Amino acid sequence: MDWGFIFERTFSAMIGPEVMVYALAAVGLNVHFGYTGLMNFGQVGFMAAGAYGVGVSVFWLGWNFWVGVLFSFVYSAVLALLLGIPTLRLRADYLSLVTIAASESIRLLARSRVMQPITGGVEGVNQFAGPFYDLSPFELGKFYSFGPFKYLGRDVWVLLVGWTLLILVTLMVRALMKSPWGRTLRAIREDEDAARALGKNAYFYKMQSLMLGGMIGGLAGLLQVVQKASVQADTFNPVITFTIWTMLIVGGVGRIWSPIVGASIYWTLIVFVENTLRQLPDGTRASLERTIELSDFNIAMLRFILVGAGLLLLARFRPQGIFGSREEMALDRR
Amino acid sequence: MTADSAATDNAPVVTATNVVKTFGGLRAVDVEKLEIRRNKITALIGPNGAGKTTFFNLLTGFDQVDSGEITLDGQIITGRPPHQLAGMGMVRTFQLTKVLSKLSTIENMKLGALNQRGEKFWSALVPGSWTKQEREVEARADAILKRFNLTHMRDEYAGTMSGGQRKLLEMARALMTEPRVVMLDEPMAGVNPALAQSLLELIKALPAEGRTVIFVEHNMDVVQEISDWVVVMAEGRIIAEGTPAEIKSNKAVVDAYLGAHHGADLSQVELS
Amino acid sequence: MPKWGRRAVIAAFGALLGLGAGAPAMAQVSDDLGVIGQLQYTDATGTKVPAVGVDLSIDDVGGATTDSDGSFRIPVPGPGEYTIRLDVATLPEGVALNDPERATLQAKVSQNGDQRVIFPLVFGEGGNQTTESNFSIRRISQLTLEGVKLGLYLAMAAIGLSLIFGTTGLVNFAHAELITWGTLMAYYFNIYGLVATFGFLSVLPPPFGGGVNFIFATLLATIMGGVLGYVLNRVVFRTARSAGVSLLAQMVMTIGLSIFLRYVFVYFFGSRYRVYADYASQRANEFWGVELTSRDAAAMVVSIIILVAVGLGLTRTRTGRAMRAVSDNRDLAESSGIDVERVISQVWIYGGALAALSGTFFGFDTVKWDLGTRILLLVFAAITLGGLGTAFGALVGALIVGVAINWSTLFIDTELKNMTALIVLILALLLRPQGILGKKQRIG
Repeated sequence: MDWGFIFERTFSAMIGPEVMVYALAAVGLNVHFGYTGLMNFGQVGFMAAGAYGVGVSVFWLGWNFWVGVLFSFVYSAVLALLLGIPTLRLRADYLSLVTIAASESIRLLARSRVMQPITGGVEGVNQFAGPFYDLSPFELGKFYSFGPFKYLGRDVWVLLVGWTLLILVTLMVRALMKSPWGRTLRAIREDEDAARALGKNAYFYKMQSLMLGGMIGGLAGLLQVVQKASVQADTFNPVITFTIWTMLIVGGVGRIWSPIVGASIYWTLIVFVENTLRQLPDGTRASLERTIELSDFNIAMLRFILVGAGLLLLARFRPQGIFGSREEMALDRR
Repeated sequence: MTADSAATDNAPVVTATNVVKTFGGLRAVDVEKLEIRRNKITALIGPNGAGKTTFFNLLTGFDQVDSGEITLDGQIITGRPPHQLAGMGMVRTFQLTKVLSKLSTIENMKLGALNQRGEKFWSALVPGSWTKQEREVEARADAILKRFNLTHMRDEYAGTMSGGQRKLLEMARALMTEPRVVMLDEPMAGVNPALAQSLLELIKALPAEGRTVIFVEHNMDVVQEISDWVVVMAEGRIIAEGTPAEIKSNKAVVDAYLGAHHGADLSQVELS
Repeated sequence: MPKWGRRAVIAAFGALLGLGAGAPAMAQVSDDLGVIGQLQYTDATGTKVPAVGVDLSIDDVGGATTDSDGSFRIPVPGPGEYTIRLDVATLPEGVALNDPERATLQAKVSQNGDQRVIFPLVFGEGGNQTTESNFSIRRISQLTLEGVKLGLYLAMAAIGLSLIFGTTGLVNFAHAELITWGTLMAYYFNIYGLVATFGFLSVLPPPFGGGVNFIFATLLATIMGGVLGYVLNRVVFRTARSAGVSLLAQMVMTIGLSIFLRYVFVYFFGSRYRVYADYASQRANEFWGVELTSRDAAAMVVSIIILVAVGLGLTRTRTGRAMRAVSDNRDLAESSGIDVERVISQVWIYGGALAALSGTFFGFDTVKWDLGTRILLLVFAAITLGGLGTAFGALVGALIVGVAINWSTLFIDTELKNMTALIVLILALLLRPQGILGKKQRIG
């Protein structure tokens, strides 16, 4: 087994593009669920909105890339508005039904034959991110090494921009949550009626929260497609939403840095397990394939089995997350 | 807030006229006329299922009337959502306390202040625009906490409080909105006797600050001790009104409460 | 159709000429040549599905029927030009030739080996031929029938979900996997039989020693659905309830469970789409102007019987009344002496069994590992429209959603028809959030 290779992969994954994108989407989800108590089960829909916002405006409308970037913010905010209007006056579970349904519908619509001229259908949209890479100070095709980390020049550029944005957005969320505005959100999370009785328009605040978190999710989707240089409908599968949920709960719901910590831990673990399994000696591998059907395909599926099991067990035993405060957890049990 | 109503102390602060609310064919509330007198303590009593809490919900906008009209200081408020009513000076507490467990006591208090600049999204991003107001709010909150004897819990999670402390916090928090009308839904339920007395004193002090109190209560001793006026509900209707002394000897009230147990002194029974 | 028939005759005649010219000279070169192909279409969810049981023929040479992969091979006596004819009537329901004019194809078979031919198929709109008759009574009644069929299957899946919500307040996102479980179990028993589980049965003849008849497999799958429902409640959710896990956390648990089960299914079942051994493809019968296969007709009748039984059970039996009472007002039911946990357990068992049964029916077209997930949106729309927590609301909602989805294909692309459910869901929430049969205070 090539442990050097496994560790190189694992280290690179720790702060790699996936962690960056998922952590950002998790920051948005944290605004929704962690601070406001909104059950958004369709974060991937906001990511798709951000991604197609830029993809469609460049591919179909022929707009400038940067105008497309602006448009993708507007688009994810509008999506939040549309989903919020029918649901935010109702009990929490209605939002979850509508968001999961909408996120899957967005994927189906984007990949459909009818939308082919606009979204590129199943093939999606490519070659729209040129202006972004034109600004890169790094040679796009060259490998750069930093200690244990090793990335292509284009990835270094994406990561630099992405992580800067991630940290800026996280700091912005922190500032907001420390303000009276954030206090009101947390109050609504704890008890909406109490907040209303004290003169807070809960519906309005929930809508603001849904839009803010949705736009952050849209930014995550935007970064993802810029990094991949293509918009593919099927990358916005609902299971991504729950990967993000798992990351958030691992890091600790309603804590500022938890999305980054959770995404990094979760993704590092996944990459380590997958690469280790793939690098197993042939004999071991063959016997595993015989006994527990551990084919290449099934190694990929293992990731999702772990997401499911992780989410189930975390929600059951550590709903505040591995790093959640014990004190807050004790309050939940009351 | 209208000038004429504020001018006379005699004008009722809250009125309800022909207020009807039905649930599945059942008339939960059917109040022909009710006027709440300004700066007085009015008790709302009645047996279980009399519609007291539903009536409370209608007055505070948490539930909507089927028909009828409610006014606050002469202004029609029927159909207005609770947060607007709170902004107009009508605040309530809940039968089952709603403290915000994962916020500290002081945060619970600060939440109560109205018109905070920092509660607007864009201002929130610029701390300079709200920190001064926040300090004022905090000072006011600390003063009220002191009065309610909760200063020692200031920085604890509200979720760690005892039932009685929660009742106190909820009332203290309600006062942060600077209300003209304070509506307390069973303020004494589950409060131990030691705390109960101080809570009663706090309620009794409210009219002097220019606040009207309406409260739902089961304990007749409490009603007798602090209320200026008692309204009795049964099966959704108001069956009697009067001073505590009048109500105590009202036969209709005794009937509604006690059914067959005639002759018993009302203050001797713990009504539930 | 006469035009089509004439062309076929001409084509077949041409083929005969070609055959006559080429065959004798090459006769000795090879006797192992054939025309091959694979028929498949893309269904509404964008999945490639094999067209099973389609008859193809070469006049005077022979014919073949597509197998479970949609593949066929017609052996030919030697190289030469042949005319292959596809029997349109044997195409699966809802599937048509992309170009209805091209039911026959010419293929030149060389001595090098099999020659592949391609018949492009489309699903749903029936190729180009239907554009003119979009709003015909016939089409609308056909769509209505399809809608009722979908609605009946959906109703069976939805009732359990709605009752679980009613009794526990929990939206069970893993209900989709109970549906998938049904179709996978039916497939498993249908193909492998009980012997795959109980090896000692191998000495017995089918239905015990090998794959069992689909009807028996359905019965077993339904029972297994009840078993899974019971186990999930007992092991996962009952313990969570007694440990005081909040409802929102339990909802996240159902999501985790759903993903876990779904990917365990694909791990063992694979991502391939399969079909049952029996009733995979049938010719549709026409009556009163609409077409329906006898398989679907039987499944619809079974669904109606089951749903009526459920309705009677809920209103007439002690257990059913207890379920509705707990659903209506848990505290009141508990204080009147109903064992709420027992009722919840029963709801999971019956709900799981019904979901599994609906899954076996949904699996008629294809058996796939994410079948439940693909229709979960429809189930959600159905129970929300009907009123969360009400069993009869779920039935009404399911029928409306089923018909609405099929009618929507009059206006929008078949591929997008499931999105109608989202629109129904949002409209229901905007206009009547408590649902058709729900009570107003439920939505709090």
